[in-house]
Amino acid sequence: MTVILGQTFTGISIGAVLLLIALGLSLTFGQMNVINMAHGEFIMAGAYTTYVLQKSISSAGLSLLVALPVAFLVAGALGALLEWVLIRRLYLRPLDTLLVTWGVSLMLQQAARDIFGAPNVQTRAPDLLTGNITVIGGDDPLTFANSRLFILGLAIAAVVALSLTLRLTPLGRRIRGVVQNRDLAEVSGISTSRVDRTAFFIGSGLAGVAGVALTLVGPIGPTMGTNIIIDAFLVIVVGGIGQLKGTVIVAFVLGVLQSVLEYSTTVSVAKVLVLVAIVAFLQWRPQGLYTLRTRSLV
Amino acid sequence: MAGAAALTAVVVLSACGAKTDAAGGSSDAAAKADTSGDTVKVGLLNSLSGTMAISEVTVRDSLKLAIDEINASGGVLGKKVKPISEDGASDWPTFAEKANKLIKEDRVTATFGCWTSASRKAVKPVFEKNKSLLFYPVQYEGLEESPYIFYTGATTNQQIVPALDYLKSQGKKSIYLVGSDYVFPRTANKIIKAYAKANGMKVLGEDYAPLGSTEFSTIANKVKAAKADAVFNTLNGDSNVAFFKEYKSAGLTAKSMPVVSVSIAEEEVKSIGSQYLAGQLTAWNYYQTTAGEANTKFVKAYKAKYGQDKPTSDPMEAAYTSVYLWKAMVEKAKSFDPEKVKAASDGITFDAPEGEVTVDGASQHIYKTARIGKIGTDGLIEQVWDSGKAIKPDPYLKGYDWASGLS
Repeated sequence: MTVILGQTFTGISIGAVLLLIALGLSLTFGQMNVINMAHGEFIMAGAYTTYVLQKSISSAGLSLLVALPVAFLVAGALGALLEWVLIRRLYLRPLDTLLVTWGVSLMLQQAARDIFGAPNVQTRAPDLLTGNITVIGGDDPLTFANSRLFILGLAIAAVVALSLTLRLTPLGRRIRGVVQNRDLAEVSGISTSRVDRTAFFIGSGLAGVAGVALTLVGPIGPTMGTNIIIDAFLVIVVGGIGQLKGTVIVAFVLGVLQSVLEYSTTVSVAKVLVLVAIVAFLQWRPQGLYTLRTRSLV
Repeated sequence: MAGAAALTAVVVLSACGAKTDAAGGSSDAAAKADTSGDTVKVGLLNSLSGTMAISEVTVRDSLKLAIDEINASGGVLGKKVKPISEDGASDWPTFAEKANKLIKEDRVTATFGCWTSASRKAVKPVFEKNKSLLFYPVQYEGLEESPYIFYTGATTNQQIVPALDYLKSQGKKSIYLVGSDYVFPRTANKIIKAYAKANGMKVLGEDYAPLGSTEFSTIANKVKAAKADAVFNTLNGDSNVAFFKEYKSAGLTAKSMPVVSVSIAEEEVKSIGSQYLAGQLTAWNYYQTTAGEANTKFVKAYKAKYGQDKPTSDPMEAAYTSVYLWKAMVEKAKSFDPEKVKAASDGITFDAPEGEVTVDGASQHIYKTARIGKIGTDGLIEQVWDSGKAIKPDPYLKGYDWASGLS
């Protein structure tokens, strides 16, 4: 019993990581249809921000808390810059965007290598986050790792903040308006280019926050983004483009599926089985779990 | 998803390119090393980027230290040694491509490097075809004797078998195996399972994670549920960081379930963080704390060149030693010719930081002393046991009855 509960928790925590790395992409790719291959490098930028802050602030706990907003700003600024310099010239040219952002991702990787060196670096986790809490005691205890609980909390907070922003604020209304019908939004007096840049800032900033969370799980390196980006795109595509709830559900479903299969088989086999399940699912529902229905003709 | 597809296509294409490159030019005769000038070139082939860079950069650094020392004392056969460094980028086809470049374009007299067995297996045909020498400085899974490779790290009977003997002597009756998914951990675990069967130990589970994987929560849960006496860890590179973080998060400690690692040396301890590793065991042939004058000198020289906070480790020591062994072989042969160097290799000794090592000409491995160490909170490793004498290399484990079904 404890094994099943423990694995479910592990799955949910893997799902939380997936959710965090996919969340920013759900805005830039899901809502704005920009295939941003440099998204993984924004995550890397967030992780390196944590590393730099920890070097200057010696307290591990404080530096982690400070890193969350700072990484959001750093990655967001990188994203807004990318949007302003390149992507805004390439809207409606998805293949060009793909190649250009992939080039940017390679440049950012090399920049990280030149600044921080090729070997990966690590951060110290605050003592509070290295332990675990016991949920069921006894002979066969069920424990939840504190770092995983922190990531889960962070993922939930990020989703709530993003969906509230989209639903309740004037900015969110404008973003949704532009996504649903760009021309109509423009003739209604909305500066769509400004909305695009702001949305890109938020989406990339969320990647930075994901980067901070990833420092608690593994090492920080120039190529960490490339390992992540595929998973992030998978979550968005399976969840359905343009829908936040699809992203959330799919991240957790894939996480639990991965951890259950991993427990009963091996890591590599589990990865293969998850991919097979995704391919089968997309055969059945090519549009993903949820789709955005609008009256626009495109 | 077109993005992912395009990416994969590019990666596959470049990998193919590398392969043809490495295998190309098979018709021309073995590339002759250029020894005509007053310098000789040697190749240094290490991953300076990617997941293995954490370990391999330090090997490159100690190779350079040995070369600098040799040059300062007059070089080899009166010629200065000029190192040509290439980046294998933690990618096996790249290793083969760069090996080919070092031999054919740079015309090096010998090459030092490689870490993972996958990279060694990738370059082995290149060195054999070109009849050029590779000095390989890392412990590995044995079951190999290439005529053009000198193995200066431990083979299984100098590291893994003594580690198992140690666990047995400590009364450990069951073990759990965790490793990266490639040739070294899989072969090592085959040997461990054969040993366990013959010695009444139980193997309670066996798990592999892809190289570079950073998701270990499930594996930590499995290890915990199995309640083994000890864990035998053959993970390589950065995966160790994620594994030990998860291990501690799951509430497992060195007291409740010790982990014996064969790929974590001082440099890795530093980057994983001793807060996750204190009390865990490692199996090597050398530690920074190993006693002896040669080691004091080596540690001092290394720190002076690369910084006081830099630790020295087993593969670094084996790499350092390999350059001196090559020098001694060349001087005995009075030639840089690989065939003559090989013929001169048997019985060459060097007063290495780990103690005196002797080359076994038949297997092209070296005699080494096995040592078990415990990781301290200061990040250094303190020896808790050693084999007492240098163990004769036995890459095919011919001297062990239980190993007869292997290879």
